[in-house]
Amino acid sequence: MDDIIVKTITRLIVPFIQVYGIFVILHGHISPGGGFSGGAVLGSSMILFTLSFGLPMASRKIPHKVTSILETSGILWYIIIGLAGIYLGGKFLVNKEAGFFMGQAGELISAGIIPLLTLGIGIKVASTMITLFHTIIEED
Amino acid sequence: MKKGLFIVVLAGLFVLLVSSILKMPSLGSVDNPSYNETATYYLENSVEEAHAPNVIAAIITDYRAFDTLGETTVLFTSIAAVISVLSINHQDKKKGGDING
Amino acid sequence: MLILNVILVIFLIICAVAVERTKDLLGAVIIFAAYSLIMAVLWLMLQAPDIALTEAAIGAGVTTILFIGVISRTRRMEK
Repeated sequence: MDDIIVKTITRLIVPFIQVYGIFVILHGHISPGGGFSGGAVLGSSMILFTLSFGLPMASRKIPHKVTSILETSGILWYIIIGLAGIYLGGKFLVNKEAGFFMGQAGELISAGIIPLLTLGIGIKVASTMITLFHTIIEED
Repeated sequence: MKKGLFIVVLAGLFVLLVSSILKMPSLGSVDNPSYNETATYYLENSVEEAHAPNVIAAIITDYRAFDTLGETTVLFTSIAAVISVLSINHQDKKKGGDING
Repeated sequence: MLILNVILVIFLIICAVAVERTKDLLGAVIIFAAYSLIMAVLWLMLQAPDIALTEAAIGAGVTTILFIGVISRTRRMEK
Protein backbone atom coordinates (compact mmCIF):
# COMPACT_ATOMS: atom_id res chain seq x y z
CA MET A 1 0.00 0.00 0.00
CA ASP A 2 1.50 3.28 -1.09
CA ASP A 3 -0.56 5.90 0.67
CA ILE A 4 1.08 8.82 2.46
CA ILE A 5 -1.78 9.29 4.92
CA VAL A 6 -1.67 5.68 6.07
CA LYS A 7 2.13 5.77 6.32
CA THR A 8 2.20 8.98 8.36
CA ILE A 9 -0.55 7.88 10.73
CA THR A 10 1.16 4.51 11.19
CA ARG A 11 4.49 6.13 11.91
CA LEU A 12 2.82 8.33 14.53
CA ILE A 13 0.64 5.70 16.20
CA VAL A 14 2.88 2.61 16.34
CA PRO A 15 5.12 3.86 19.22
CA PHE A 16 2.05 4.58 21.34
CA ILE A 17 0.62 1.10 20.72
CA GLN A 18 3.96 -0.46 21.60
CA VAL A 19 4.28 1.56 24.81
CA TYR A 20 0.78 0.48 25.78
CA GLY A 21 1.61 -3.16 25.09
CA ILE A 22 4.78 -2.97 27.17
CA PHE A 23 2.80 -1.26 29.94
CA VAL A 24 0.22 -4.04 29.95
CA ILE A 25 2.96 -6.69 30.06
CA LEU A 26 5.02 -5.06 32.80
CA HIS A 27 2.01 -4.24 35.00
CA GLY A 28 0.55 -7.71 34.58
CA HIS A 29 0.60 -8.42 38.31
CA ILE A 30 -0.90 -5.07 39.37
CA SER A 31 -3.52 -4.05 36.82
CA PRO A 32 -5.79 -6.01 34.46
CA GLY A 33 -3.95 -7.59 31.58
CA GLY A 34 -0.96 -9.83 31.49
CA GLY A 35 1.23 -11.69 29.09
CA PHE A 36 -1.36 -12.79 26.54
CA SER A 37 -3.17 -9.48 26.08
CA GLY A 38 -0.01 -7.36 26.16
CA GLY A 39 1.72 -9.66 23.71
CA ALA A 40 -1.28 -9.50 21.37
CA VAL A 41 -1.19 -5.69 21.46
CA LEU A 42 2.56 -5.66 20.75
CA GLY A 43 2.17 -8.13 17.90
CA SER A 44 -0.70 -6.21 16.33
CA SER A 45 1.40 -3.05 16.32
CA MET A 46 3.97 -4.82 14.15
CA ILE A 47 1.15 -6.23 11.98
CA LEU A 48 -0.05 -2.66 11.41
CA PHE A 49 3.48 -1.65 10.45
CA THR A 50 3.69 -4.54 7.97
CA LEU A 51 0.33 -3.68 6.43
CA SER A 52 1.22 -0.09 5.72
CA PHE A 53 4.93 -0.34 4.84
CA GLY A 54 5.06 -3.72 3.14
CA LEU A 55 6.78 -6.98 4.02
CA PRO A 56 10.37 -6.13 2.90
CA MET A 57 10.54 -3.06 5.16
CA ALA A 58 9.05 -4.99 8.10
CA SER A 59 11.44 -7.88 7.50
CA ARG A 60 14.29 -5.39 7.71
CA LYS A 61 12.93 -4.05 11.01
CA ILE A 62 12.34 -7.44 12.60
CA PRO A 63 13.74 -10.35 10.55
CA HIS A 64 12.41 -13.87 10.60
CA LYS A 65 15.51 -15.08 12.41
CA VAL A 66 14.96 -12.65 15.29
CA THR A 67 11.33 -13.69 15.78
CA SER A 68 12.31 -17.37 15.80
CA ILE A 69 14.96 -16.72 18.44
CA LEU A 70 12.54 -14.62 20.54
CA GLU A 71 9.89 -17.29 20.29
CA THR A 72 12.19 -20.09 21.38
CA SER A 73 13.78 -18.02 24.12
CA GLY A 74 10.38 -17.07 25.55
CA ILE A 75 9.47 -20.64 26.39
CA LEU A 76 13.04 -21.48 27.45
CA TRP A 77 13.00 -18.49 29.82
CA TYR A 78 9.79 -19.84 31.35
CA ILE A 79 11.35 -23.26 31.92
CA ILE A 80 14.58 -21.75 33.30
CA ILE A 81 12.58 -19.73 35.85
CA GLY A 82 10.82 -22.93 36.83
CA LEU A 83 14.11 -24.79 37.21
CA ALA A 84 15.51 -21.93 39.30
CA GLY A 85 12.74 -22.70 41.78
CA ILE A 86 14.10 -26.25 42.08
CA TYR A 87 17.66 -24.95 42.41
CA LEU A 88 16.66 -22.56 45.22
CA GLY A 89 15.06 -25.38 47.15
CA GLY A 90 11.43 -25.84 46.21
CA LYS A 91 9.23 -27.39 43.60
CA PHE A 92 9.01 -26.63 39.89
CA LEU A 93 7.75 -23.06 39.32
CA VAL A 94 7.41 -22.31 43.02
CA ASN A 95 7.25 -18.67 43.99
CA LYS A 96 7.39 -17.76 47.66
CA GLU A 97 8.97 -20.85 49.16
CA ALA A 98 11.99 -20.55 46.87
CA GLY A 99 12.82 -17.13 48.27
CA PHE A 100 12.32 -14.91 45.24
CA PHE A 101 12.14 -11.19 45.95
CA MET A 102 8.56 -10.56 47.01
CA GLY A 103 8.64 -6.86 47.91
CA GLN A 104 5.62 -4.77 48.79
CA ALA A 105 2.34 -5.85 47.23
CA GLY A 106 1.27 -3.30 44.65
CA GLU A 107 4.70 -2.04 43.60
CA LEU A 108 6.19 -2.62 40.17
CA ILE A 109 9.15 -4.73 41.34
CA SER A 110 7.46 -7.30 43.56
CA ALA A 111 5.59 -10.59 43.47
CA GLY A 112 8.60 -12.82 42.79
CA ILE A 113 8.42 -14.77 39.53
CA ILE A 114 5.09 -13.37 38.30
CA PRO A 115 6.50 -10.36 36.33
CA LEU A 116 9.32 -12.52 34.93
CA LEU A 117 6.91 -15.18 33.67
CA THR A 118 4.56 -12.51 32.29
CA LEU A 119 7.48 -10.97 30.39
CA GLY A 120 8.35 -14.34 28.87
CA ILE A 121 4.74 -15.02 27.83
CA GLY A 122 4.40 -11.53 26.35
CA ILE A 123 7.51 -11.86 24.19
CA LYS A 124 6.39 -15.30 23.07
CA VAL A 125 2.86 -14.26 22.10
CA ALA A 126 4.06 -11.12 20.28
CA SER A 127 6.61 -13.01 18.21
CA THR A 128 4.02 -15.73 17.49
CA MET A 129 1.61 -13.15 16.04
CA ILE A 130 4.33 -11.53 13.94
CA THR A 131 5.65 -14.86 12.63
CA LEU A 132 2.16 -16.13 11.77
CA PHE A 133 1.27 -13.01 9.82
CA HIS A 134 4.59 -12.81 8.00
CA THR A 135 4.41 -16.49 7.07
CA ILE A 136 0.88 -16.16 5.69
CA ILE A 137 1.43 -13.07 3.54
CA GLU A 138 4.88 -14.12 2.36
CA GLU A 139 5.92 -14.53 -1.33
CA ASP A 140 3.24 -12.32 -2.79
CA MET B 1 -41.36 -36.85 6.72
CA LYS B 2 -37.67 -36.40 7.40
CA LYS B 3 -38.10 -32.65 7.85
CA GLY B 4 -40.89 -33.15 10.37
CA LEU B 5 -38.66 -35.48 12.39
CA PHE B 6 -35.89 -32.88 12.38
CA ILE B 7 -38.29 -30.19 13.59
CA VAL B 8 -39.61 -32.40 16.40
CA VAL B 9 -36.09 -33.29 17.57
CA LEU B 10 -34.93 -29.67 17.42
CA ALA B 11 -38.01 -28.46 19.29
CA GLY B 12 -37.37 -31.03 22.01
CA LEU B 13 -33.76 -29.92 22.24
CA PHE B 14 -34.88 -26.27 22.41
CA VAL B 15 -37.27 -26.96 25.29
CA LEU B 16 -34.55 -28.94 27.12
CA LEU B 17 -31.93 -26.21 26.77
CA VAL B 18 -34.27 -23.34 27.67
CA SER B 19 -35.56 -25.19 30.74
CA SER B 20 -31.97 -25.88 31.84
CA ILE B 21 -31.13 -22.18 31.39
CA LEU B 22 -34.12 -21.23 33.54
CA LYS B 23 -32.83 -23.58 36.26
CA MET B 24 -29.41 -21.91 36.35
CA PRO B 25 -28.55 -19.55 39.24
CA SER B 26 -28.70 -15.90 38.29
CA LEU B 27 -25.57 -14.06 37.21
CA GLY B 28 -23.43 -12.81 40.09
CA SER B 29 -25.54 -14.42 42.80
CA VAL B 30 -23.81 -15.51 45.99
CA ASP B 31 -25.46 -18.94 45.88
CA ASN B 32 -23.72 -19.70 42.59
CA PRO B 33 -22.05 -23.14 42.91
CA SER B 34 -18.87 -21.85 41.28
CA TYR B 35 -18.20 -19.68 44.35
CA ASN B 36 -16.85 -22.58 46.37
CA GLU B 37 -13.98 -22.74 48.82
CA THR B 38 -11.33 -22.60 46.06
CA ALA B 39 -12.43 -19.17 44.89
CA THR B 40 -12.68 -17.96 48.46
CA TYR B 41 -9.17 -19.26 49.19
CA TYR B 42 -7.71 -17.47 46.18
CA LEU B 43 -9.46 -14.19 46.99
CA GLU B 44 -8.37 -14.26 50.62
CA ASN B 45 -4.79 -15.52 50.31
CA SER B 46 -3.42 -14.47 46.93
CA VAL B 47 -2.22 -11.03 48.05
CA GLU B 48 -0.47 -12.51 51.05
CA GLU B 49 1.06 -15.53 49.28
CA ALA B 50 1.89 -14.12 45.85
CA HIS B 51 2.05 -10.37 46.63
CA ALA B 52 0.04 -9.63 43.51
CA PRO B 53 -3.11 -7.47 43.71
CA ASN B 54 -4.27 -8.90 40.37
CA VAL B 55 -5.71 -12.20 41.52
CA ILE B 56 -5.97 -13.58 37.97
CA ALA B 57 -2.25 -13.04 37.38
CA ALA B 58 -1.54 -14.72 40.71
CA ILE B 59 -3.63 -17.72 39.69
CA ILE B 60 -2.31 -18.20 36.15
CA THR B 61 1.37 -17.58 36.89
CA ASP B 62 1.74 -18.75 40.47
CA TYR B 63 -0.84 -21.33 41.54
CA ARG B 64 -1.43 -22.70 38.03
CA ALA B 65 1.93 -21.87 36.47
CA PHE B 66 2.38 -25.38 35.12
CA ASP B 67 -0.88 -25.07 33.14
CA THR B 68 0.38 -21.85 31.63
CA LEU B 69 3.54 -23.67 30.59
CA GLY B 70 1.33 -26.14 28.75
CA GLU B 71 -0.58 -23.30 27.12
CA THR B 72 2.66 -21.72 25.94
CA THR B 73 3.73 -25.08 24.55
CA VAL B 74 0.48 -25.24 22.57
CA LEU B 75 1.30 -21.87 21.00
CA PHE B 76 4.82 -23.05 20.20
CA THR B 77 3.58 -26.27 18.61
CA SER B 78 0.96 -24.47 16.53
CA ILE B 79 3.42 -21.97 15.14
CA ALA B 80 5.87 -24.77 14.36
CA ALA B 81 3.11 -26.61 12.44
CA VAL B 82 2.12 -23.48 10.51
CA ILE B 83 5.70 -22.72 9.51
CA SER B 84 6.38 -26.31 8.46
CA VAL B 85 3.25 -26.37 6.28
CA LEU B 86 3.43 -22.93 4.72
CA SER B 87 7.15 -22.56 4.06
CA ILE B 88 7.32 -25.41 1.52
CA ASN B 89 6.39 -22.98 -1.26
CA HIS B 90 8.97 -20.63 0.06
CA GLN B 91 11.74 -23.22 -0.35
CA ASP B 92 10.67 -23.99 -3.92
CA LYS B 93 10.70 -20.37 -4.84
CA LYS B 94 14.16 -19.85 -3.39
CA LYS B 95 15.51 -22.57 -5.67
CA GLY B 96 14.37 -20.54 -8.64
CA GLY B 97 16.66 -17.69 -7.67
CA ASP B 98 14.14 -15.26 -6.21
CA ILE B 99 15.17 -14.55 -2.62
CA ASN B 100 12.26 -13.39 -0.54
CA GLY B 101 12.41 -12.35 3.12
CA MET C 1 -27.53 -0.33 31.89
CA LEU C 2 -29.87 -3.29 31.44
CA ILE C 3 -31.31 -1.85 28.22
CA LEU C 4 -27.81 -1.41 26.77
CA ASN C 5 -27.02 -5.01 27.74
CA VAL C 6 -30.15 -6.32 26.01
CA ILE C 7 -29.43 -4.28 22.87
CA LEU C 8 -25.86 -5.57 22.74
CA VAL C 9 -26.92 -9.20 23.17
CA ILE C 10 -29.56 -8.88 20.44
CA PHE C 11 -26.99 -7.33 18.12
CA LEU C 12 -24.58 -10.14 19.02
CA ILE C 13 -27.13 -12.77 18.00
CA ILE C 14 -27.88 -10.91 14.75
CA CYS C 15 -24.15 -10.78 13.96
CA ALA C 16 -23.71 -14.48 14.73
CA VAL C 17 -26.56 -15.42 12.39
CA ALA C 18 -25.36 -13.02 9.69
CA VAL C 19 -21.86 -14.55 9.70
CA GLU C 20 -23.40 -17.90 8.89
CA ARG C 21 -25.78 -16.56 6.23
CA THR C 22 -23.32 -14.39 4.29
CA LYS C 23 -22.00 -15.87 1.05
CA ASP C 24 -19.24 -13.27 0.67
CA LEU C 25 -16.43 -14.49 2.91
CA LEU C 26 -14.81 -11.06 3.20
CA GLY C 27 -18.09 -9.59 4.43
CA ALA C 28 -18.47 -12.48 6.85
CA VAL C 29 -15.03 -11.73 8.29
CA ILE C 30 -15.92 -8.06 8.80
CA ILE C 31 -19.17 -9.05 10.54
CA PHE C 32 -17.14 -11.43 12.70
CA ALA C 33 -14.91 -8.50 13.72
CA ALA C 34 -18.03 -6.57 14.76
CA TYR C 35 -19.14 -9.64 16.73
CA SER C 36 -15.79 -9.71 18.56
CA LEU C 37 -16.02 -6.01 19.34
CA ILE C 38 -19.52 -6.38 20.83
CA MET C 39 -18.28 -9.40 22.77
CA ALA C 40 -15.41 -7.27 24.16
CA VAL C 41 -17.88 -4.61 25.38
CA LEU C 42 -19.99 -7.36 26.95
CA TRP C 43 -16.96 -8.80 28.76
CA LEU C 44 -16.25 -5.30 30.07
CA MET C 45 -19.81 -5.05 31.37
CA LEU C 46 -19.40 -8.47 33.03
CA GLN C 47 -16.49 -6.98 35.07
CA ALA C 48 -13.77 -8.91 33.22
CA PRO C 49 -11.46 -6.22 31.82
CA ASP C 50 -8.53 -8.48 31.00
CA ILE C 51 -10.67 -10.81 28.91
CA ALA C 52 -12.08 -7.72 27.19
CA LEU C 53 -8.55 -6.56 26.39
CA THR C 54 -7.59 -9.94 24.97
CA GLU C 55 -10.80 -10.23 22.96
CA ALA C 56 -10.40 -6.76 21.47
CA ALA C 57 -6.77 -7.38 20.53
CA ILE C 58 -6.99 -10.97 19.28
CA GLY C 59 -10.63 -11.39 18.24
CA ALA C 60 -11.17 -8.06 16.53
CA GLY C 61 -7.61 -7.39 15.40
CA VAL C 62 -5.36 -10.33 14.71
CA THR C 63 -8.00 -12.91 13.76
CA THR C 64 -9.60 -10.58 11.20
CA ILE C 65 -6.26 -9.84 9.57
CA LEU C 66 -5.28 -13.50 9.47
CA PHE C 67 -8.64 -14.44 7.90
CA ILE C 68 -8.25 -11.70 5.28
CA GLY C 69 -4.73 -12.97 4.57
CA VAL C 70 -6.09 -16.47 4.02
CA ILE C 71 -8.98 -15.22 1.82
CA SER C 72 -6.54 -13.29 -0.36
CA ARG C 73 -4.82 -16.61 -1.13
CA THR C 74 -8.02 -18.59 -1.79
CA ARG C 75 -11.32 -17.61 -3.40
CA ARG C 76 -13.59 -14.93 -2.02
CA MET C 77 -17.11 -16.27 -2.60
CA GLU C 78 -18.52 -19.31 -0.89
CA LYS C 79 -19.72 -21.96 -3.31
